[in-house]
Amino acid sequence: MWEGPDHLLLSDNLTPGNKQMSSNTLALEATGISKTFGTVKANDQINLEIKKGRIHALLGENGAGKSTLVNILFGLYKADSGIVKVDGEPVDLGRPKDAIDRGIGMVHQHFQLVPVLTVAENIVLGNEPSNKANVLDIDNAKGKVRELAEKYQLEVDTEAVVEDLPVGTQQRVEILRSLYRDADILILDEPTAVLTPQETDHLLQVLKKLASQGVAIIFITHKLREVLEVADEVTVMRNGQVVGSTTPAETDESGLAEMMVGRSVVLRVSKETASPGATILQAKNLCIKDDRGLMAVNDLSLEVRSGEIFGIAGVEGNGQRELVETITGLRTADTGEVFIGNTSITDFSPRQITELGVAHIPEDREKHGLIGAHSVADNLILNRYYKSPFSSRGIRQQKAIANYAKEMVEKFDIRTPDIDTPSSSLSGGNKQKAIAAREFSHNAQLLVASQPTRGIDVGSIEFVHQQLINQRDQGLAVLLVSAELDEILSLSDRIGVIYRGQLIVTANATDLDRNRIGRIMTTGSDSN
Amino acid sequence: MSRNQPKNIKQFLFNKRWWILTTVLLVFFTLWTAEFQQANTTSVLVSTLRHSTPLVLGAMCGLLCERSGVINIGIEGQMLMSAWGGFMVASSSGSLLLGVFAGIGIGMMMGGVLAGISVGLRGDQIIAGTVINIAAIGITSFFFSLGRTLPSGKAQVIKLGPLADIPIAGRVLFSNKPITYLTLLMIPTLWFLLFRTKWGLRTRAVGEHPSAAETVGISVIGMRYFNVIMGGGIAGLAGAYLSLEAVGSFERGMTNGKGFVALAVMIFGRWNPVGAWGAALLFGYASAIQTQFQFRDWLTNDPQFIGIIPFVVTIVVLAGFVGRARPPASIGQPYSRE
Amino acid sequence: MNNLRLFLMPILAVALAIATGAIIIALSGSSPVDAYKALIDGSLSDSKSIGRTLEKATPLVMGGLAVAFAFKAGLFNIGGQGQLVFGALIAGAVGYGITGLPWIIHTPLALLAGAVAGAMWGAIPGILKASRGAHEVITTIMLNFVALNMTDWLASKVWREEGVIVRTPHIESSAEIPRWGELPAGFFLAVVIAFLCWYLLRSTTFGFEIKSVGLNPNAASYAGISVKKIVIMTMAISGLLAALGGAIETQGVVGRYEPGFNAGLGFEGITIALLARTHPLAVIPAAILIGAMEAGGSMMQFKADVSPEITDIIQALILIFVATPIIVRWFLSQKEANELSVSTTWGS
Repeated sequence: MWEGPDHLLLSDNLTPGNKQMSSNTLALEATGISKTFGTVKANDQINLEIKKGRIHALLGENGAGKSTLVNILFGLYKADSGIVKVDGEPVDLGRPKDAIDRGIGMVHQHFQLVPVLTVAENIVLGNEPSNKANVLDIDNAKGKVRELAEKYQLEVDTEAVVEDLPVGTQQRVEILRSLYRDADILILDEPTAVLTPQETDHLLQVLKKLASQGVAIIFITHKLREVLEVADEVTVMRNGQVVGSTTPAETDESGLAEMMVGRSVVLRVSKETASPGATILQAKNLCIKDDRGLMAVNDLSLEVRSGEIFGIAGVEGNGQRELVETITGLRTADTGEVFIGNTSITDFSPRQITELGVAHIPEDREKHGLIGAHSVADNLILNRYYKSPFSSRGIRQQKAIANYAKEMVEKFDIRTPDIDTPSSSLSGGNKQKAIAAREFSHNAQLLVASQPTRGIDVGSIEFVHQQLINQRDQGLAVLLVSAELDEILSLSDRIGVIYRGQLIVTANATDLDRNRIGRIMTTGSDSN
Repeated sequence: MSRNQPKNIKQFLFNKRWWILTTVLLVFFTLWTAEFQQANTTSVLVSTLRHSTPLVLGAMCGLLCERSGVINIGIEGQMLMSAWGGFMVASSSGSLLLGVFAGIGIGMMMGGVLAGISVGLRGDQIIAGTVINIAAIGITSFFFSLGRTLPSGKAQVIKLGPLADIPIAGRVLFSNKPITYLTLLMIPTLWFLLFRTKWGLRTRAVGEHPSAAETVGISVIGMRYFNVIMGGGIAGLAGAYLSLEAVGSFERGMTNGKGFVALAVMIFGRWNPVGAWGAALLFGYASAIQTQFQFRDWLTNDPQFIGIIPFVVTIVVLAGFVGRARPPASIGQPYSRE
Repeated sequence: MNNLRLFLMPILAVALAIATGAIIIALSGSSPVDAYKALIDGSLSDSKSIGRTLEKATPLVMGGLAVAFAFKAGLFNIGGQGQLVFGALIAGAVGYGITGLPWIIHTPLALLAGAVAGAMWGAIPGILKASRGAHEVITTIMLNFVALNMTDWLASKVWREEGVIVRTPHIESSAEIPRWGELPAGFFLAVVIAFLCWYLLRSTTFGFEIKSVGLNPNAASYAGISVKKIVIMTMAISGLLAALGGAIETQGVVGRYEPGFNAGLGFEGITIALLARTHPLAVIPAAILIGAMEAGGSMMQFKADVSPEITDIIQALILIFVATPIIVRWFLSQKEANELSVSTTWGS
């Protein structure tokens, strides 16, 4: 796993490439960058100055244009207008190769690693060591990678297949990929989204060390705490424009939040204490296999009562998905049982489970939550299209569907031209609101919500959080699965921390703190 | 690929136990139906190799395309057009070699069309392939004129010296026609290229995770164009084989589904040239077995039941093995950088 | 505005194909004008030729419906030919094998028998896909070959008419589909079926489920729809439609089953379905267009000395132009173009 910070400070071998130690020269300068996609202006006259050896945070909520900007800097997109200078010279970044040649490296939010290839193969891809006949020299590659890994204290097994590695390790491979190509400017796009608090701390240490060696770092995030902790400078973007630049010394969390959103933001939802009632969901000793036949959930038991929110904290990939799929009927457990109320739902189909009063906000709204080409109206009744009044004797009742849809659009403030527009044209936040509208409205007794606010704007996040609290107060039992620890801490009445398919700890939210949860998420043990 | 690499011979044999069992059973069956006579046995094996050649070539075309991320349903059409084109050129020019080149060229051209539609224009790959198939049938039927022949006949067997005199093996392996030899050489070559060279690593990356390849500077679109066109050339060779080496003339629809069987061979062989060869031999055997039945006078009155054997085998293979086989992850999805 | 473009695209494709065909005819030494004039003369000039056109169009309507229907669920049914011959054969068998029934029972019975045969034959690749993930493009083509062999055998061994020619005996007159003057009643039956398909897809819950599975099987499954069930039922219905095309042909035109009839019909169904952009009602004019080309072919040979296979080329060209995305994309948005995509189900 990660080396402790001490190791990094003692080691003096981190001198990538030719670096000037002066931190006043600009490593990268972007002027007047604009980019439009269709009707959306993703970047509007962006100016950015990145100094060598400094960590520069790019802050903004989802949809602000941060990813677009760095994709332009890396040559994945072509800007409509504007100039980019590296080391004082204007450059043309038409393809990633141009950016790489210029010393720009990128660690992507969704890793750009080939899952079936090994660590060594992934790192050297595109720059492979070979003999004259173009035959791949794998041993050479492995050697080079091992050298590099030691140099930067980023331990990896060169022969491991990437898809078998845990997420934190995969990220290390991604970072090594850029370092293998002598990157002077390292861009990281939401790197901590998939890390535990401990892994995040270690990553930030590595970044600080790299910066001290002269590497310029651009760090995209929407997490305010990280910005204040590690950044030298902050640029805040909103709606495609730069709204301000500052340093951590000059601001605080609520100051940054206000810059991000344009108004003062409620950072913690206010809620009364829960008064839970009967047990609605009961999982007993569940053992569930994942798609590859490995045990993803290992003897897990939990209970959720009416009128309470039970949050499952954990890094993605520790069995949450398989657990949720089993409860909603899309997967069968190997052993163990699930009860909704008094009914055992083993072998129940998803529809039968829905009929029992179970609602579900899926983790991947594009894949599972909505049928993009169908209209907003059709999506709003997707869980009940076959029941009256929407369908009578097999014939769809268009008028009833339309009336209901109009009602929902208004009630949940879903921004759409009309109810017949295909749902794919809605923004992320509105899509999530549509799904919420659908799932909150069918008199369920249990709601399973997976990553309910992923990738949506702050306004919609506030909305969804408030809806969850409201429904809880009306007696709904909520099972909340989220990788955003803040969300779990903010909403949950009780929390379970999941690690490798087991709930290591289950307690009231008030009895757990961020550090303890983070430790369990990373190591799987509750002891110090 | 680095996973599941066998550590020694024992592990290798264990991994391949189903293949070994099947081969043993088939050997027995062959010998029994041939009444343990050398001549009959040899002719079955020769026939197996003959039938497997276009299949393994088609499968190599298919896997080259799919390893790069492009589904090629049009192998049938490519084979048919090349068979026709190669034949026309050979019969007008008198040169078989020219005909083979023409066949390969036509295959490459059609590969270019497929690449243009699916990679350049990002159209649906299966529809593009089907269009190629339909166009091939239409064009070859319309422009075909009966009565043409190859001036010097079809390609002849080349015996490899004393090796050809070895009983059975000599006839089967060392007395073959040129394209057959070429095919046998191509199999390990393609394997080596795909798994031991820079090009092969990049191809596999492009097929599994194109954006990852793009972000290290590989041109996904460039590689796909190149590979699909090269693959088309291989399919073209298969077509030339049919009309110039196997049959010696062109008949309407002479590919008779081989291009589709080649896809099943590709899947069964797990997108690996050597695996594809094993699968092709199996399918070739299923076709060769038809003559075996005649040896034993089975079903002579109902030849249709024999005729369906290769197709039923294909379906059984697909139903039995596809679920467990994992194609390159990005096939079928058009790639664009933005 | 978008709808106008949707409508124009196939027309443009046809126009381009006809123009290209004219060039080919000219290159082969004949006059395109004469050729096309003869074509129209042979297909649309009087009630007799119109009757011929509609006759040719009838199995094309059914074939196109079969492919279009399967497309709605994201499935590519290339097995139309096999499903059609089974439908034709079984209808022919019931048509001659049962005697003494009144017309009102015999004709529908034979049609039904053919339809059921096609439904079963179509269900096979559906089941293979749903349970084993075997892609229907290959399995349906394989089954075509199997079907051709099997019907061949049945017609030569089991239901064989006395004599040298391999065919089934002529059906009873009580199983025949009549002609109304020169116009085949079978065509109008096909039109009715097209309307039924359209209504089913548009207004029923079942149709909604089919479309949902075609657009996003993951979300459909999450919504409680059994994707496997829909895949099987859609392929069965698709097979049924193709088979009905064959049954109507046997009962309305040929009067018996003869092996080797209507080769290549499966592929023509694809052309029609794509030309109609998988809309069930648009299949009708598309079928009439292609049917006219086929009906007029012999007149074109007779009067303008152009080989009728040119219509095959034109059809191939139409298909190319319709399916080629540059035209599609020019006219549609990316989303709508994705409706014509089947590659997403390969290997899944």
